[in-house]
Amino acid sequence: MKNNNTERETSMAPAYQPWSAERATEIIAEHKAIEGATLVILHALQEEFGYVPEPAIPMVAEALSLSRAEVHGVFTFYHDFRKEPAGRHVLKLCRAEACQAAGGDALAAHAEAKLGIALGYTTADERVTLEPIFCLGLCATAPSAMLDGRVVGRLDEERLDALLAEAQR
Amino acid sequence: MSLRFFIPLDAGALAVGAEDVAAALAQAASSRGVAIEIVRTGSRGLYWLEPMVEVATSAGRVAFGPVTVADVPSLLDAITGGGPHPLRLGMTDEIPWLKRQTRLTFARCGVTDPRSIEDYRGHGGYRGLERALTLGTDAILTQLTTSGLRGRGGAGFPTGIKWKTVAQTEADRKFIVCNADEGDSGTFADRMIMEGDPFVVIEGMTIAGITVGATKGYIYIRSEYPHAVIAMNAAIAAARRAGYLGARVTGSPHAFDLEVRVGAGAYVCGEETSLLESLEGRRGIVCAKPPLPAHKGLFGKPTVINNVLSFAAIPFILDNGAKTYADFGMGRSRGTMPIQLAGNIRYGGLFETAFGITLGELVDDVGGGTFTGRPVRAAQVGGPLGAYFPRALFDTPFDYEAFAARDGLIGHAGVVVFDDTVDMAKQARFAMEFCAVESCGKCTPCRIGSTRGVETIDKIRRGERVDQNLALVEDLCNTMKLGSLCALGGFTPYPVMSALKHFREDFGPAPAHLQAAE
Repeated sequence: MKNNNTERETSMAPAYQPWSAERATEIIAEHKAIEGATLVILHALQEEFGYVPEPAIPMVAEALSLSRAEVHGVFTFYHDFRKEPAGRHVLKLCRAEACQAAGGDALAAHAEAKLGIALGYTTADERVTLEPIFCLGLCATAPSAMLDGRVVGRLDEERLDALLAEAQR
Repeated sequence: MSLRFFIPLDAGALAVGAEDVAAALAQAASSRGVAIEIVRTGSRGLYWLEPMVEVATSAGRVAFGPVTVADVPSLLDAITGGGPHPLRLGMTDEIPWLKRQTRLTFARCGVTDPRSIEDYRGHGGYRGLERALTLGTDAILTQLTTSGLRGRGGAGFPTGIKWKTVAQTEADRKFIVCNADEGDSGTFADRMIMEGDPFVVIEGMTIAGITVGATKGYIYIRSEYPHAVIAMNAAIAAARRAGYLGARVTGSPHAFDLEVRVGAGAYVCGEETSLLESLEGRRGIVCAKPPLPAHKGLFGKPTVINNVLSFAAIPFILDNGAKTYADFGMGRSRGTMPIQLAGNIRYGGLFETAFGITLGELVDDVGGGTFTGRPVRAAQVGGPLGAYFPRALFDTPFDYEAFAARDGLIGHAGVVVFDDTVDMAKQARFAMEFCAVESCGKCTPCRIGSTRGVETIDKIRRGERVDQNLALVEDLCNTMKLGSLCALGGFTPYPVMSALKHFREDFGPAPAHLQAAE
């Protein structure tokens, strides 16, 4: 069975490690030699900790012989990097034109109402972060969403409710 | 002999349940003692039929779709018993939507196993590279120029000239960079080819490296495409193992290797100078040109930077000859374009065809109109920076110059269809808002103009001094168009002005002097 080696996609919440300066030092050391390493290191830190803790910024700067301001500038320029942890589940709703054309506006409003938060926020119980995303490249099966890395297309209210229930568990 | 099935591993297919279908099929077969093999492929690009399941027969592949988990038992019965099935689509190659395409770049997508270099070679892969190695730089450049290939990222710059410039620039190091920051809504061809036929991108980049004398290439993939990142990394590893990347590419004296870098959610990084900044680890700030990346690009070295689809077109051109490619198309738009039909469309997906097909044929005939069943009101072509075309302009042929002549652009060839419930003033506002959020902030027309644009359109939508504010938006669009450093600020006026021009009725009451004339 060739199929056995394909990883089954699940929406298990990703497990992140608590902040550790030692671990951060290791991660930075692992990548610092490559050319143009800043984004690579920030990605690696976020993958480990779920966000880029503030003390990591001067550490990255020192390792790469950059100023703190330069690293802070990179960190804040890109939408992906978080300065604080997200909720246990992250639900991203595509808000770009193809999904707008397919009813995405109403679905986003529905999700906001159900969770009681606006896009870009995390529920008070820290279970769900709801975020807009601008295009998942699933424009022929719009509207689309991503729950913790699992892609979902042909979203309607029923499927969205199922996703919301799953995220709130 | 075991039955051979093909189920896509493409993100678009996964998004509608392909993984569950594959698991259900494996389980159903095993519980019945039927020996099967499931090959995971890319998508054929007929997304309304996903998840599509294909089975190999002596006559060729037979397709079924869209398949749900509940359909799997009856599907297996029909296949093992040779009976009919309501989801049977017939021979895959005979499906009219697929058959009427000209698949040059996407010939293997959905057919081969994207993780198997043997499969790639078995379907004509790496013949372009073999030919390139016998030709040498000048002959390859001649081929490229003759093919008429223009950059598929949107700007349409002749690829041959770009490569020639890098080839002729002396430097200790040169780079090949693949722009896989496919951020335009309505486009997914880069994603599909990276997930479905990653080796064709690798082969195209390798040919570029050999041609211009570069030994290192980067593929900058947006973080919104995790499946493409996995597929490209796996393919690069496979190509290395097979000797197609490394110190001696297929035993030749040429060295070439590749590395994937992942973006971090900035739309502007699709702009080439911004992308290069990002690759170097900096903020994705746009740089003024010159210097051109071909002279001073990545790390200050001469760099070929092309879109995924440009690189993916190269192996065909070298394998089959430039003229074969150039025989397709119209005017100065030669070859084929992988067009993406998206949004509110009945038959959405990847439609590769020669330049020249009209927008109307694409939307009504190929796309079958809207999936809501309501009339088509507008189609946005070319992503968030592309113009909204009304039905009156649906006779426009798909051609760089023809779209430009009507104040539009084909961009990366995404077509997003809207039905008659769309509010075009809202879409115009969104274009400005998107520009405001994504602006890198370097130039004033883009950074501030977009915010003022949102505010002014809001006033219009509230009915405040509509005429004056419309004039202001128009003036602002002119400033942005002429004064911005790159296409983000420079092209945002396309969706805004086209919405205003063609859908004036959505922007509040008609101007007073017209009302007086009635």
